Amino acid sequence: MSESPTAPLKTADGVPLKTSLRRAVRRSKLKALLLVSPLLAFLIIAFVMPLFDMLWRSVDNPEVSTALPRTSQALADWDGESLPDEPVFAALAADLEAGAKARSLGLVASRLNYEKSGMRSALMGSARRVAKLEAPYKAALIDINDDWGELATWRVIKRESSPYTLSYYLAAVDRQYSPDGEIVAVPDYMQVYVTLFWRTFWMSGVIMLMTLVLGYPVAFLLANLPLRHSNLLMILVLLPFWTSLLVRTTTWIAILQSQGVLNDMMVALGIIADEARWQMIHNKMGTIIAMTHILLPFMILPLYSVMKTIPPSYMHAARSLGGKPFLCFRRVYFPLTIPGIAAGGILVFILSIGYYITPALVGGQSGRFITNYIAYHMQTSLNWGLAAAIASILLFVVVVCYLVFNRLIGVDKVKLG
Amino acid sequence: MNNTRLFKETLIKGAVTGALGLSTLALAVSAQAETLNIVSWGGAYSMSQQKAYNEPWMKKSGDEIVNIDRSGNALAGLRAQSQAGNVTWDLVDMLPADALIACAEGLIEPLDHDALLADAPDGTPPTEDFIEGSLDECFVPSIVYSNIVAFNTEMFPEDKQPSTIADVFDLENYPGKRTLMRKPINNLEWALVADGVAPEDVYDVLETEEGVARAFAKLDTIKDQVIWWEEGAQPPQLLADQEVAFGSAYNGRIFNAAANEGQPFEIIWDAQVFELDGWVVPTGKLDKVKDYLYFATDTQRLADQAKYISYGPARKSSAKMVTTLAGTDIEMKPHMPTYGPNFATAIPKDNEFWADNNDELTQRFNAWLAQ
Repeated sequence: MSESPTAPLKTADGVPLKTSLRRAVRRSKLKALLLVSPLLAFLIIAFVMPLFDMLWRSVDNPEVSTALPRTSQALADWDGESLPDEPVFAALAADLEAGAKARSLGLVASRLNYEKSGMRSALMGSARRVAKLEAPYKAALIDINDDWGELATWRVIKRESSPYTLSYYLAAVDRQYSPDGEIVAVPDYMQVYVTLFWRTFWMSGVIMLMTLVLGYPVAFLLANLPLRHSNLLMILVLLPFWTSLLVRTTTWIAILQSQGVLNDMMVALGIIADEARWQMIHNKMGTIIAMTHILLPFMILPLYSVMKTIPPSYMHAARSLGGKPFLCFRRVYFPLTIPGIAAGGILVFILSIGYYITPALVGGQSGRFITNYIAYHMQTSLNWGLAAAIASILLFVVVVCYLVFNRLIGVDKVKLG
Repeated sequence: MNNTRLFKETLIKGAVTGALGLSTLALAVSAQAETLNIVSWGGAYSMSQQKAYNEPWMKKSGDEIVNIDRSGNALAGLRAQSQAGNVTWDLVDMLPADALIACAEGLIEPLDHDALLADAPDGTPPTEDFIEGSLDECFVPSIVYSNIVAFNTEMFPEDKQPSTIADVFDLENYPGKRTLMRKPINNLEWALVADGVAPEDVYDVLETEEGVARAFAKLDTIKDQVIWWEEGAQPPQLLADQEVAFGSAYNGRIFNAAANEGQPFEIIWDAQVFELDGWVVPTGKLDKVKDYLYFATDTQRLADQAKYISYGPARKSSAKMVTTLAGTDIEMKPHMPTYGPNFATAIPKDNEFWADNNDELTQRFNAWLAQ
């Protein structure tokens, strides 16, 4: 023991052990990072970036300030109490003339038309004729389109001149700015989205409960039957899981429609009259039936993975202590399966609020989800800001669900088999 | 001195050879067969284009034409491609309302119609040969089509067949389900005409809040008898299955089902809402599609198209050459939206009105549907 105990330990080649260890760990970390980097890059490009792009789009509002720079500047210190004066109109005329030349007015016309119908033709119509206008522009522009003589028009332009906006979120919850700038509900006859949000949530809840009621016994059998039988049952669960979503959805149309298999059978058996066939599809019922079927494996598999780990001896012990079967189930077995129920429930619920093709095909008018309106605003109305705002609200709900779940159960409990 | 001259001569010679070389190269390039990605509507309409001008053009030029059935969402597609900086479509078949928006956003090329398009056979320039007001800054029309309501003649007694748009809203005398397009466009116009508004006043009335409320109130009277369709192929199918008695549709599809499949369909031409449909060129693609566009919009080609579908040609010179349905002796003229008796109470779709009010009225329509 001639060496002092504080001298660092060294490897054979004289490098301190600590450094050597650090090097080795760093090397293996680097290797691991290299191995996951393709997936990481894929996730960043295909998932993280689009996600932030979407969040960004829901508040991004560059149209007015870039296409009408002079007007938005001129409006900056306008009090909003009476019609703006000549300089603002002159700025607008200059913006329109430049915009018509550069073909940059299309987007701002669409943007302002979301806020106030008629703004598109006010802008485009004036832009076509602005080159021939002469001062005073105020009278000349009002002469082309009455909208320029309305206070509300200018308040909208001033409000939307800021580079960020909340209007998309307001529209997504059936609210709007009143002409005075306060947030008010849109008239009854224009309200769409709030109803759809609630419908999406409660129907997803019903679908979740249905999958639980139907899936629990199946998962129990899967976990407790002898291997020979349970394998067959597992295949029966997985086969539909591997079948195309569209095939499963359209099969339900063939079964449930008014001239479909089920109605035909019931008419043939004399259960219902030919004129009184049941309407089971193109409504809420169609959506709930088809989606329960489609999402069932997502409930069964997490339940099964949890049930598989519960030793049968627990139930035997409970029974041998004198418990009646139901009491043993309720007090011993059921509590042990709660992580599985929660995992399956959260999976089914989150998948369900994001479903869009199945409700579109079998939901008819009353069984549509909010997701169908995201698709509508992406593809048809081209109001991508509103689509982004609706999608962000859904994302927020999903994140909240996930956090609650993680807090109560722990996300590591989610297993698919 | 001599040197300079020699230098000049060499320079000129070089330039001439160079220019010749370049022009041969250019010739070689233009003669090379290309692949044109052409976006259209699919179904019977794309078939008529294929027969009338795509096949002749492919034979003539050796180009390959790829048909893409995306016109239903053409504006969204153009925007997305332009934002991504990779425009793959070369020519797009589009409605004029969408073309107006795309043009204002700079997504499509402004066109010099007289320079780009063929004259009529008698030498009339395109700007005079196309129907008045149909050419737009970035838009070349090819057809006039119409939104109509058709009915299945077998669903009504022979002495009591419907004939006006008001009959569509008359459940008492003409019972049965109706299928209408799941959009406010056309439905609001028809509701007002059925409620007694003159076809020429429809858009003036719709401009007012009372007018819109009146149209929705009229639609309320048939709401529970309506099946809403979203794909153009649905109404002929529903009519053929007798799931509905009336169906709103594009006139060409009803004509094709009646003429080619012998379906007992009849068109109510009263208050037909007609409009144009035609070509736009995505920004940067003009050179590539110039020759095809010239060919596909000339008088003969537009007249040929009317052999396959009952849409009126957008050129006056073609209208005179419309004959019979290909392979039959059915005269096409009486089935065209622009045929005199059909046209008497026609409503020209007001693209400016819908450009302004579509967002708001669609939301109101959706809210009304959800009630």
